[in-house]
Amino acid sequence: MKRIVYCHCSFARVLDPAVKAAVLDGLAASEHAFDAVPDLCEMSARKDPALVQIAEGEVTIVACYPRAVRWLFSAAGAKLDDQRSTILNMRENSAEAVLGELLGATS
Amino acid sequence: MTFQVALYEGTGALPLENAQRSAILRELLLKGHRVSSIRTNGSVSRPAAGALLVLGKFEQNPPLSFDENSISVSFVDVGGMDIPAIANLVEERRTLADAPKPGAWKPWFPVIDYSRCTNCMQCLSFCLFEVYGVSKDNKIQVQNESNCKTECPACSRVCPEVAILFPKYRHSPINGAEVGADDVRREAMKVDISALLGGDIYAALRDRSAKSKSRFSKERDEERAIKERMNCLASLSKTAGIPPEVLAALPSPQEILVRAEAAKAKADEALRKAGLPA
Repeated sequence: MKRIVYCHCSFARVLDPAVKAAVLDGLAASEHAFDAVPDLCEMSARKDPALVQIAEGEVTIVACYPRAVRWLFSAAGAKLDDQRSTILNMRENSAEAVLGELLGATS
Repeated sequence: MTFQVALYEGTGALPLENAQRSAILRELLLKGHRVSSIRTNGSVSRPAAGALLVLGKFEQNPPLSFDENSISVSFVDVGGMDIPAIANLVEERRTLADAPKPGAWKPWFPVIDYSRCTNCMQCLSFCLFEVYGVSKDNKIQVQNESNCKTECPACSRVCPEVAILFPKYRHSPINGAEVGADDVRREAMKVDISALLGGDIYAALRDRSAKSKSRFSKERDEERAIKERMNCLASLSKTAGIPPEVLAALPSPQEILVRAEAAKAKADEALRKAGLPA
């Protein structure tokens, strides 16, 4: 089963709050364990070693644009494997679409 | 010291109600805390070191705390606590763990898309705040993220390859959206910031500096000089999307010249070492 990482983008207003809230609620209502992080950008800037650990396994990351997320990880020395990682974009997609893909893909 | 929270609902703990789980997660995330929601399915990341605070409604009294490898684990039963009380408790434990206060800095900084970057060093030459540097193998890299000026995406505009992104920027493709053929075409046609200042940014700065010195010596018309500078900044703000407060915080033309020449020298040196023309 893939690990799930959810980014709340807490320190900026670029994600629609309604989408964030609905995705977080949907994830919290599921039986899945997940890591909820306040801000992947901040973790990348700090070169947080947790990003390396996340990138090592199969992972679904719920955040923003896949290009941004991949290079944020790369900037922290954590290369996401295209085959083993999925990035879901809350900036472009609806909460229903994100949750549909997320909970379908990880069950 | 790193600090992490786990909301534990595995063996030996009672499940929380969905609404309560959501509310705890949302509140702690808003306060900048990282939380692992531990349930019956799936796995979460293990902290490598630091303090781990485990929250839950435990069936039996958990140990107060224990150390495992380099992780200090402590438990708190949150049964009967409301959300603000839980948030306060977490904040207290963070302080006790001597972990940095989250949210002190808005994480605004450039991220390089190395699949597009050609290592031309224009960003290094352009940035006056030493955000960029060069790796040991002469590759451009972001070295001082916190030097970057919040909301200023100017270096991404001088990048000829659309390779610099700011994930928290409003517009595509600087925000990390995929780069389309139209974006590349637009980049080729976009207003060159250096052209705004008369072609060669360094020559223009030198000229401005010389002219202002000459004008001040002849006319000493400070009011006019300030007005001209404001006009120039306003046009730069409008064309390049650079926030006025960033422009207002720029150093004097002489200081800009010194910093720009130092940055350009650094870039030229890196290009020379890489065997590329400066």
